[in-house]
This record gives sequence, structure tokens and C-alpha cells, in this order.
Amino acid sequence: MIELINVSKSFDGVEVLKNISTKFETGKVNLVIGSSGHGKSVMMKCMVGLLRPTSGNVMYDNRDFTNLEYSQLREVRQEMGMLFQGTALFDSLTVEQNVEFTLKMFTSMTPAERKDRVNFCLEQVEMQGINDKFPAEISGGMKKRVGIARAIALDIKYLFCDEPNSGLDPVTSRVIDELLKSITEEFNITTIINTHDMKTVFDIGDDVIFIYQGKNEWSGKVKDIHSSNNEMLTNFIKASYFD
Amino acid sequence: MTFFYHFGNYILFLKGMFSKPEKLSVYIDRTITEMNNIGVGSLSIVVIIAVFQGAVTTLQIAYQLISPLIAKPVIGSIVSDSSMLELAPTITCLVLAGKVGSHIASEIGTMRVSEQIDALEVMGINSSGYLALPKIVAGLIMIPMLVIISIFLSNLGGIIAGEASGILTHEEYFQGARESFLPFNLLFSLIKAFTYAFIITSVSAFQGYTTSGGALEVGASSTKAVVYSAVAILFSDYLLAQILL
Repeated sequence: MIELINVSKSFDGVEVLKNISTKFETGKVNLVIGSSGHGKSVMMKCMVGLLRPTSGNVMYDNRDFTNLEYSQLREVRQEMGMLFQGTALFDSLTVEQNVEFTLKMFTSMTPAERKDRVNFCLEQVEMQGINDKFPAEISGGMKKRVGIARAIALDIKYLFCDEPNSGLDPVTSRVIDELLKSITEEFNITTIINTHDMKTVFDIGDDVIFIYQGKNEWSGKVKDIHSSNNEMLTNFIKASYFD
Repeated sequence: MTFFYHFGNYILFLKGMFSKPEKLSVYIDRTITEMNNIGVGSLSIVVIIAVFQGAVTTLQIAYQLISPLIAKPVIGSIVSDSSMLELAPTITCLVLAGKVGSHIASEIGTMRVSEQIDALEVMGINSSGYLALPKIVAGLIMIPMLVIISIFLSNLGGIIAGEASGILTHEEYFQGARESFLPFNLLFSLIKAFTYAFIITSVSAFQGYTTSGGALEVGASSTKAVVYSAVAILFSDYLLAQILL
């Protein structure tokens, strides 16, 4: 479980995140929704340690991530996988080398064992047979899948996805959604997805947090969204239906 | 104030590189790859520059010194000393600042703007150490080697130009070079090469690492890497000559 306790983040005196407190439970697909520019990505970057919160704490299974020593921080990070909006695959490495990367860096697996693990991860995302291709040679949807395979190469506990459907056609978007849902359930991990795609929310979401102007405006179960009286959330959902 | 801000960040960047490597064998592999990129990849341009540099210097020294009062071997001694003390290390490294420096800055800068460095950090990898340290170590090994090759080829260029133009024979060239040779000059040249190698690789890696924005900023970082490296090379050239000669 990941818990945020009063997390705030400011840039040059402008407060982008305002006292956010919430919990993301294990084995569930937790969705962070909200319009662009309201702080979703900043919140995720604070959670994975790419940004340091101005105040507040991020707890990973009761470990205070914001105040860990470098070596302990590294340990927690090896339990994380992240799918970036632009996939962030390493251009100079093949698909196989991308997925193998963390295995090579952090495990003492033999090359044969690593190859097996890479093939297993690529099978999970239905991307067998493209091991020797470079990221520039595959489509956007394939890159996202390879990004997921790379994220799950180590036995991760936490999976972060920043706008996993951005730039994808509706059919591929649904495939990626289903993939994230099945991986979360199969490996019993804590998955956090930043999105403003309401179809993703209703298809695969368990818990939702709605960020509005840097605040936790509403949080609850997906099934409770429609019965919410929160005006901002209602407006956001109405607007997304007209997209 | 801006200079001190950036210089402070540069020092912090260098300090940040030195943590226990996640896996030493991966770092060694990367260093060997970078040695190939920096050393072997720059060999052809270094060869061309060194040969012509020696040849042109010989012709110009001869043009300025041609006189019955000056022995011909003097030309050989001036060309060989100039090559060792200044031309081979400084000119070679100024060219390498353009070739190697811009490559390092644009490679790391592109990785920064496409979130590849963020991906490394999220994985728990010391990104500055992983990306910059192998390049710096490779530069420190290969650039002095290129400078030694450049010294040799510069003299060769001088001999060829001397013979081809009939200014001096290779025996006269060797005589002059041998008489003026001081082992300290070679050491001084290597000290310069190590200093410039560190400047080129670390300044360029820093420029790439601190890129923010998009393609335009990657280009700007690449340009800055070359300009700042060149200025730092010339400044340290003066400083080393003042201190050591």
C-alpha cells in the first residue's frame, strides 16, 4: 500500500499540490483523474521520487520514502515499475535489452535465466518475437507494451502509469487497459494510473482520486462516481463524455 | 552570480556520479563501448588534422626562418616542440570538444527530454554515474592516446612536407627534433591531454544532463557544451603553461 500524507509541492512559490492525503491499496487499479495541468503528473513524480515534496510524506508499506537514506531509497525503487507517457524506452537498446536492463543491473541471473525472464515478460504483454527490434522500429502501442514488460521485469510491488493511453487509438487503448488490469491482479501489485480517459476509469478502475487545482477534490470507489455530488467532478465527467 | 550557480551545480553533478556502482561489470562494459566511440570514432579526424598541422607548421616556420644563418635542423626542433607542447594537445582537443563534446551533450540531452533519465532514476540507478562516469573514464584513457598519436603524426607530416618541398631532409628534421627533445615536454603534453579530456567529457555530460525542454534545447545544450569546453580548454592551457613551464 502507498499512502500520501499531507503532500504539498511548490515551484517558485506557486503551490501545485496542496496538502494531498490519500491511500492506494494493494491488488487494485488506483486511478488518478483530473484535467491537464492540475497536478496529476507532479503528484506521481513526488511519489516515485523524481520530485521532492515541499512538505508531507510518501509511505510505501509504512516506509517513509521521503526521508530514506540513498541505499534504502534504491531498494524501494527496485520494487517500482513505471510506464512513462512517452514510454521512455532506451533508444540505443533493443526491445530485449530494454526489458533485460534492470535484471542485468540488479540481479545475479545468468544470461539464459535473463533471456527466459525477458521472454516471459514479453509474453505477458503479447509481444513475443520482437526481441531484436529497436524502439524506433515499433509502433506506439507496441512501445507501451514493451514499456509495461520492462516495468514488470523485476518482481515489482508498485506499478505507476502516466497517461498510458495517450496517443493511442481506442482499440489499442482498451488492450493496454486490460493488460494493466490483468497484471495488477495476477501479480497482486499496487497500480496507480494517471488518466483523463473516463473509459479507462469505468473499465478497469477500482479506486479513484480526482485532483482539481492541486487538491484532492474527491476520492472513492469507481461505482460511486455517478452518485457524487461534487460539482467539479460532475463537470469533469460531463465534459469527458463530450470528448 | 549565474556563473557561480552553474559552477556549483557542475560540482554537485560530479559529486553525484560517485556512488557505489549498481553492477561494476555493466559500468566496465559501458566504459569499453565509450572508449570505442571516443577513441576509435575520432581517430580519422585526428589523423587528418595532425598530419596537415605538422606539414603546414613546417612550411610556415621555414618561410619565417629561411636564412643562411639558421641551421635547417632548427625547423625540425621548432615543429616537434610546438607539436608536443601546444599543437597536438590543444588543437586536437579543441577539435574533439566539437566532435566528442557535442555528441555527449546531445545524447544525454535527448535522453533527458525523452524521460529516459527519469526512467533510470525510477529504476534506482544513479543516472549521472551510469551515463557520465563511463564517458569521463573513457575520455581520460583515450584522449591522451589520441594526443600521442597526434604528436607522432604531426612530426610525420612535418617530415613529409619538408622532404616534398625540399626545405629540409628527414635526417635534418630528426637531428633538430632529437637535439631539442626534453622528456618533460612529453609529460607536459600528457598533463594537458588529461586535463582537456576531463573538461570535454564532464562539461559536455553536464550540459546534456541539465537540458530541459525539447529538441531546440538539446541543440542549444550541444552548442554550449562545445563553446564552454573550448573556453575552459584555452583557459586551462594558459594556466598550465603559467604553472608548469
